[in-house]
Amino acid sequence: MSQMVKSLSRTTFSSPWFNTFIRYLLVTLLALFLFGIILLITGKDPIQSYKDILTSTLGSAYGFSEVLVAMIPMLFTALAVALPSRVGLINVGGEGQLYIGAAFATWGALTFQNQPAWILLPVMVLLGMLGGALWAFIPGYLKAIGLVNETITTLLFNSIAPKIVGFLIFGYWHSAMDTVKTANFVPAARLPAFFGTRVHLGLVIGLALLILFWFIMKYTRWGLEMRAIGGNSQAARRNGLPVKRYLIVVMCIGGAIAGLAGMAQVSGFYGVLLLNFSMGLGFMGFLICWLAGGEPIGILLMSFVVAVITTGGNMLQLTRDLPYAAINILLALTLFAVLARPNFFGGKKA
Amino acid sequence: MSPLAILGVLSSAIFSGVSLLYITLGEVVDERSGIVNLGLEGVLLVSASSGFAVTVITGNPIMGVLSAMLIGGLMNMILGYLVIHRKANQLASGLALMFFGFGLSALIGKSFVGAKITSLPRIPFLGLSGLPKLYTSLFSFDILIYLSIPTAFLIWWLLFRTRWGLGVRAAGENADTTFASGRDPRLIRYQALFVGGLLAGLGAAHLSIAYTMNWTEYMTAGRGFIAIALVIFSRWHPLRAIVGALLFSGAVAFQLLLQSSGVHISPFLLDTLPYVLTLLVLIIWGGNRKHSAPASLGRVYQGSE
Repeated sequence: MSQMVKSLSRTTFSSPWFNTFIRYLLVTLLALFLFGIILLITGKDPIQSYKDILTSTLGSAYGFSEVLVAMIPMLFTALAVALPSRVGLINVGGEGQLYIGAAFATWGALTFQNQPAWILLPVMVLLGMLGGALWAFIPGYLKAIGLVNETITTLLFNSIAPKIVGFLIFGYWHSAMDTVKTANFVPAARLPAFFGTRVHLGLVIGLALLILFWFIMKYTRWGLEMRAIGGNSQAARRNGLPVKRYLIVVMCIGGAIAGLAGMAQVSGFYGVLLLNFSMGLGFMGFLICWLAGGEPIGILLMSFVVAVITTGGNMLQLTRDLPYAAINILLALTLFAVLARPNFFGGKKA
Repeated sequence: MSPLAILGVLSSAIFSGVSLLYITLGEVVDERSGIVNLGLEGVLLVSASSGFAVTVITGNPIMGVLSAMLIGGLMNMILGYLVIHRKANQLASGLALMFFGFGLSALIGKSFVGAKITSLPRIPFLGLSGLPKLYTSLFSFDILIYLSIPTAFLIWWLLFRTRWGLGVRAAGENADTTFASGRDPRLIRYQALFVGGLLAGLGAAHLSIAYTMNWTEYMTAGRGFIAIALVIFSRWHPLRAIVGALLFSGAVAFQLLLQSSGVHISPFLLDTLPYVLTLLVLIIWGGNRKHSAPASLGRVYQGSE
């Protein structure tokens, strides 16, 4: 498992910027080419399909805003993987932490719905973070005392969390009309959106967290100590660093960030808690973090790229009569191409 | 509650447990060779949809099952290429494979939603043919159900009693030593992944062709992740995987029984049972090396050049 950690942290951005750019361009073209073949086989016109994706996402202000909306939860879930990876923890549990965060935030929204927004929203943010942190605490603790690997536990917890949300919605929170979702949140429980689009305050929070992450890692003692633990936890412990405490706290903070993703989705995007609303956002975060080599700028770029692809999928569904899930093929092919690291320059692998 | 209803519950629990047993056995073989297949969910979906599609087109469920198996093996080859050949991160590669499966299965299955198929022929359970028709119809199982437990023994024999199995386990424990002893761990891992894919495909085929007899998008509903949990629960042992699958079937049956007898325990909470038990098993056996995972699980074999 320890080797996975190494490959998770910053291999991608170590080569010079220009080469990296060309590499990604070629990788993307390769993925587009392969998906084009699949489109051809199913009898769709690939050129027209790609035109649809581009015009529906980057071609208009509205499309662009929708990409930003899709990007918000990915920023959080990718960061929830990136931070723990710095101390050598592999958090595959973003999906579960997101659900529990969403559930906690929803509890706040339903319980304190008579409060004004300036009280209600901060309470929901804190609750969302608390939920995610609690869900990450057990894996973090079990890892810190050396009992069970956090990769396994976070995976198990992913499968449990949506069922707890289902239990809460079905048993207690569902609206009078519908058993698969809660009643719509009151306006005070909704994160404010900007300029008449669906882009909400979550974007600002996400970007702020990315900057904070970058700052802490680069300029603070905590960042230095975390890098020391991630580099060699034995040596860090012998030098008197509280390794166990770091592992638990960092895991919980990672969970809290994923919990915020859940809060942002229910409060900013849906305005309601739905059964199985995430559809892999947590896993997507893991992949984005991996693509980005755990670096903040990389996370921003990769979230944007992935958001363009998933948003474009909506348009394909409408105009090309493809199932929405089909866009996952393009996403996966891009990932395959990056994972396979083709040697375009014939030199050493990045 | 009538005995007939109880038997009905048992029957459907057996159906849902059998596909899971095959899938778990497949993941046991993968992980014994040192590779975690997190993309299992995607592999299952593609196998289930293509197996169903082939059954609709050819009208022959056996063809459907065979092609689902082959597709399962081929899907695992994608993972193999990435993690063995290109030395990519196993978790990321697996998750990418999962998203690939989500998309590809939706595309394959789209025109077969709601199609009718002839399922695998059912054979009445031994000695029950004398009972009233109502009972025998509940306890007529297809051949894959009868073969499930023998398959677990077969995999156990393959892994623990053949030279091939020794190679697989060696590759999972220490690839360098395996190489030094004159075997190619890369080749072994490809083979193990292919066998694991065949089994996963078999389980998926049983799900769509024999059990539900239809295709709906995302029909596997997390079975891949249940199987990954059960592999840990059974501590990477094919025979204990039978216990794991039984446990899952039991939870399903218990849930249905409670529902039909009017006791209100949320089915959502009961669904968490396999995961919670796996977690408890992990904690109880946690510090004990004898019960731990293959030592090289998840590691990249860098080659011995």
